[in-house]
Amino acid sequence: MLTTATGNKAVAAAAKEARPGVVAAYPITPQTEIVEQLANYVADGSLDADYIPVESEHSAMAACIGASAAGVRTFTATSSHGLLYMHEMLHWAAGARTPVVMANVNRALGPGWNTWAEHTDAFSQRDTGWLQVFVSTVQEAYDATLMAFRIAEDERVILPVMVNLDGFSLSHITQSLETVEVGDFIPQFHLSHAIDTEHPRGYGTMTGPDIYYRFRWDIERSMRASREVIAETEAEFARRFGRVYGPVEEYRSEDADVVIVALGTLGKEAEVAVDSLRDDGVKAGSMRLRWFRPFPRLDLSGREVVVIDRDYSFGFGGVIAQSIRATTRAEPCSVIAGLGGQEVTYDDIARFVREREAGKETWFGVSD
Amino acid sequence: MNPLPSEEYVHKCTTACAGCTSSLSLRYVLKAAGPDTVLVVPACCTAVLQGVYPATAMNVTVYNIAFAAAAATAAGMAAAFRRQGRSTNVICYAGDGGTVDIGIQALSGALERSTDFLYICYDNEAYGNTGMQRSGSTPIGAVTTTTPAGKIDQKKDIDRIVAAHNIPYMATASAAYPQDLYAKVKKALSIPGPKFIHLLSPCPPGWRYSAERSVEVGKLAVKTGLWVLYEREHGQLKINPVSKTAMKRPVPIEDYLSVQGRFRGISKEAERALKASMEQQHRRLLAEEAGAC
Repeated sequence: MLTTATGNKAVAAAAKEARPGVVAAYPITPQTEIVEQLANYVADGSLDADYIPVESEHSAMAACIGASAAGVRTFTATSSHGLLYMHEMLHWAAGARTPVVMANVNRALGPGWNTWAEHTDAFSQRDTGWLQVFVSTVQEAYDATLMAFRIAEDERVILPVMVNLDGFSLSHITQSLETVEVGDFIPQFHLSHAIDTEHPRGYGTMTGPDIYYRFRWDIERSMRASREVIAETEAEFARRFGRVYGPVEEYRSEDADVVIVALGTLGKEAEVAVDSLRDDGVKAGSMRLRWFRPFPRLDLSGREVVVIDRDYSFGFGGVIAQSIRATTRAEPCSVIAGLGGQEVTYDDIARFVREREAGKETWFGVSD
Repeated sequence: MNPLPSEEYVHKCTTACAGCTSSLSLRYVLKAAGPDTVLVVPACCTAVLQGVYPATAMNVTVYNIAFAAAAATAAGMAAAFRRQGRSTNVICYAGDGGTVDIGIQALSGALERSTDFLYICYDNEAYGNTGMQRSGSTPIGAVTTTTPAGKIDQKKDIDRIVAAHNIPYMATASAAYPQDLYAKVKKALSIPGPKFIHLLSPCPPGWRYSAERSVEVGKLAVKTGLWVLYEREHGQLKINPVSKTAMKRPVPIEDYLSVQGRFRGISKEAERALKASMEQQHRRLLAEEAGAC
């Protein structure tokens, strides 16, 4: 059905369509609209779920882990400090192999208080064992949330998935949305190690140095297998619903001399910059990274690269720029832009490309 | 004495210390709960005494979880079981640190939200698993590794905090009174909604007495009146007869303190404070039972 929605409403609509049995929720700007909308669905009977209005995000994730372990599909949403408060339980969810799906509406971290978009919240969770996808439109927020359940619960994965969307610049933006009837695209929830008291087991028992590493390796093995599961899921989604996704969304990059790499709404904005650069004779293209974990394999050979990071790892650099350095032979020009909702237009992005210098790091607005 | 079920859910191969009363109590808790039970265990001695993977000393499902997360995990689990039509008992079995300190927020939230679970705090009055550091539940005057001169603050009254949530059932219990513990767990599990049992668990290495005296120390705690056994069902308080007797004709608290190394050298002021807070609690409980408050 064709309708309009905000990014938040699209995520809530997709979560409803996936029929979670337990939703544990705690409010935080700019995510709150998602958990409010889910509360409405439960109240009006359109979603048959137990809604647990927990007292903290730490407890939201703990409740999702408990419910998932008991054999029920779970969903929650958070942002920023809420995500950081969950940090311990994010590791636990992955380690306990509970395929929780969560939306994280990306927001900067205090102090000072700032509710606008930034990716440092999500990147701070990069080693937790969660799969992470970043979206750039309302439609993609909806589609990625639906696919997240199928990917997380696949026998080859059984890991939690985080769907990231930019605070305000996507969460509160209204765009057109084509909803779907999901049917058996998301199968019945089945967790082979779910609690069965007729066959009692110890979960998370003390584990010694002789075997602990095997459980870690199992997580990585599943993370590697998830590449194939993601590709299959996106192909099946395209077949059923007609919209095509991959690990990276490329735009006019085939013959490009210079490629802009970015995530989320800035990745989409870069496409406008590409058009304007092309009009001026610059052979530019863009690659919008969709998946952050597992990190996509990019082919950047023979191209100059401009990376826009809406994040920063202090004492190290932009997280995406450093990830590109680590996984390709590229020597990117690194631009740190959009922190805490800093306004970045396509003209600004075009300028980043024109003024690029390989290997150099620039903080947008701090040119002095 | 009623015969207790012969089934054992805690095997003899735990890695608990000699004389450990938390594992002893767990044996009776699980006899009362039976096999359709999930024990949710945060970081505490019980996380360790199960043994090491792939072995376990427990013959019920045990779900280990992070320190602050027991009650919230149980909330998710209970919701999931009930919506599947399963009546599985969800029991948190947590130490005093995981209850009165780091876990209090999740506990309060789960109690307030009418979670259908039983939370048992086994209280050895310190962080036992890490080698006896003070907790909010350590009594005044007790020596721990972080209060080498004796604790200067009073024990946190978690029971009054829990009572303020107006839950349908809460009780105190002691490892030294297993029949009473068994009956209270049975009753708690027969009532829907949130239930809480505060269980005093004497700890030989932590309290510094020899292992064979655990039951004796547990009984002394009750007979001196320092630990009062009672239950509060739908707001109605009922004090156990043994505690009623202790309130009238208490064994001197010196008898309890003197058998424990942790109270060696306790100051007169601390001892007075311990006694004063005990007497205040007695007055409050007796007044409540008499319907005066």
